[in-house]
Amino acid sequence: MELTLEQLTEFRNETRAWLEKNCPMSMRGQTKDIAELYWGGRNATFISEDQKVWFERMHAKGWIVPYWDQKYGGGGLSPKENKILSEEMTKLRCKQPLFSFGITMLGPALLKFATEEQKDFYLKDIVDAKIRWCQGYSEPNAGSDLAGLQMKAEDKGDHYILNGSKIWTSYGDNADWIFCLIRTNTEVKKQEGISFILIDMASEGVEARPIQLISGKSQFTETFFDNVKVPKKNLVGELNKGWTIAKYLLTHERQMIGGIGEADQKFKTREIVRDAIGLNDGVLNDPILRTELAIHEMNIDAYDMTIERAIDEAKAGNDSGAASSLFKYFGTELNVEAMEIIMAATGSEQLIVKGDTTDNGFIAKKFLRSKGNTIEGGTSEIQLNIISKNILGLPSK
Amino acid sequence: MALVLNEEQTMLKESVKDFLNMKSPLSALRELRDTNNLEGFDRSVWKDMAELGLTGLTISEKFGGLDFGYIGLGQALEETGRTLAASPLVSTVLLSTTAINLCGTTTQIEALLPELAMGNIIMAFAHEEKAQHNPNHVATSAILEGDNYRINGSKTFVLDGHVADKFVLVARTSGAENDKAGIQLFLVDAHSDGLSVKRTMMLDNRNSAKIDFSNVLIPKENKMNLESFEDLEKIYAIGAIGLAAEMLGSAQESFERTIAYLKERQQFGVAIGSFQALQHRAAKMFINIELCKSTVIKGLKAIDDNEDNLTELASVAKAKLGQTLKLVTNEGIQMHGGVGMTDEFDIGFFIKRARVVQQTLGDYNYHLNRYAKLKGY
Repeated sequence: MELTLEQLTEFRNETRAWLEKNCPMSMRGQTKDIAELYWGGRNATFISEDQKVWFERMHAKGWIVPYWDQKYGGGGLSPKENKILSEEMTKLRCKQPLFSFGITMLGPALLKFATEEQKDFYLKDIVDAKIRWCQGYSEPNAGSDLAGLQMKAEDKGDHYILNGSKIWTSYGDNADWIFCLIRTNTEVKKQEGISFILIDMASEGVEARPIQLISGKSQFTETFFDNVKVPKKNLVGELNKGWTIAKYLLTHERQMIGGIGEADQKFKTREIVRDAIGLNDGVLNDPILRTELAIHEMNIDAYDMTIERAIDEAKAGNDSGAASSLFKYFGTELNVEAMEIIMAATGSEQLIVKGDTTDNGFIAKKFLRSKGNTIEGGTSEIQLNIISKNILGLPSK
Repeated sequence: MALVLNEEQTMLKESVKDFLNMKSPLSALRELRDTNNLEGFDRSVWKDMAELGLTGLTISEKFGGLDFGYIGLGQALEETGRTLAASPLVSTVLLSTTAINLCGTTTQIEALLPELAMGNIIMAFAHEEKAQHNPNHVATSAILEGDNYRINGSKTFVLDGHVADKFVLVARTSGAENDKAGIQLFLVDAHSDGLSVKRTMMLDNRNSAKIDFSNVLIPKENKMNLESFEDLEKIYAIGAIGLAAEMLGSAQESFERTIAYLKERQQFGVAIGSFQALQHRAAKMFINIELCKSTVIKGLKAIDDNEDNLTELASVAKAKLGQTLKLVTNEGIQMHGGVGMTDEFDIGFFIKRARVVQQTLGDYNYHLNRYAKLKGY
């Protein structure tokens, strides 16, 4: 049933009043690092009483995932109501009460591809923050060629036996369950022999080992599966049809990575450059860096305008289709470029990683980490391949 | 208002596209060149464009226009960028009509807008004095003597100056030649005594003029109402955004022609478009054109909404289009290979127009530099 304008206004007023009353002050403001948010899961702890209160109040309201159906623990809000809620939360700068790959990645896949029984079983635990999920896609020998993955499932009647390993599992060592792409047929074209299977990481034979990056500690693990037994009911969608689900989810993931800065801290590139280099008569003292910064900012403006346009196009029902690869490619290239400019501007001071500094090479580490942006979630080169084949229609050899 | 076209604007764009494909396709420009046409455009096509309403897109209905705003004009300009249609649309509608709308006196507006809307007169905007765009460099003087202004000086790169009936002239009533203060606009009849016009055919086969003013006397009523340098900057900003719209059309058209060629041209027994070395370059062009589309619609919308950051948006659009159109037309030649260098293939027309439109109202460097200044560095 479509709500009237008056009803929507009333909803907005009620929502604002409720948020103002119920969102603790410490749960408002910019999220500097997503690690400071509540992630839920079997071993979860709240970092503060306010965080707990905020989660519980939003949970009681059904607003952990406001747009999911109430029967799955959601708030049952219409798209318009959900938009109002998210606008009001943005205005008050309320933090997300729960940060969860279950909501952003697995949820959409379950809603589209799972059986009713599976939805009942998994979605409620996501909303209740009982289960923390992670994603198992890439393998040591299946990066850009994801469909070439080899972790395999053997059919043992009522269950599968899994063997193999996954890599670049985000927060694999803190997650309770993992959703994986697994080889279930080796006789057919590689995309047609992959299935989407859910695995309890408490099962015997699962081990997640953290990966050290050039930038230091990371959220990634390599995840090993040694004769892991998984009931057949954990298969989502049809057997050997997992690639369809994977493609659907990768589109989601690319949009998340392209939109970097939404949750993570964004450096104020211009201010850093100006402070470090200085101005003479209103002009930056380094003409080369000035040009680089101007080109960078021009492209950021154009990129932001393109996001705005894509949203408007989507509202108008014009699907540009190009969106996710374009944003993933350009957004990450811009992020890498920003870090290069900041490194050039801040010079040797930011290269000090121990000793005479309080930052301990914070910028340098962020710079190193940024190099992964153009690799993770599909490399820049893969995005260009997708554009040239799917959008421009250029032929494969 | 959203960054998408409404139904009316979409229909306008479609009808201009159909019209130009029929009346002024790229082959028409080639013919104008090959027949050494002295005006560089087809007056009958210009008359048809006026009948279609293009001359009155930014003129209010009160004066016989369509009141479609700059988003509307932008769509028409974009389409002329696709077929490289030569016409006084930029000189007369984008620049001169804008100047009169913004800075005309009531008398000037009432006299000129109906004529402009009907397409009865061609006007040119005479501002540049050097090879590089420089808004505050104005040496041309206008000195009040009794009931007249006496004009002395020279202008260059006056688009369609060779056919204009009237000029909007940028001249100085006081101050030194680089001062921002003391600049004013004047309406000057093309047949005034002491005025000499020299046609200069440009690289894109279209025409500009060098104009000398030697003791030209114009009635003082011809002074317009330029209140500040910011008003002049606003005219240039609108001009730059309009040109960016035209450039967007050229970028898309030359890109699409290049992609079609990549699919068709066979070497080593396969279509050259199957080579990744070309595919990735093509994909990057595609991305940049998508970014360009956003800067153009954002700029056009800002003109219609009378937003105050127009200068910055103009520089973003003109710089981004300058960068991208250069890339796309260069790659257009390279990816066409040898035939791209031949006059017989049309792709070369795009690089020629690209270079001229690049220099009109400030190139990539000019706008990037100004953008940096506006951002405070």
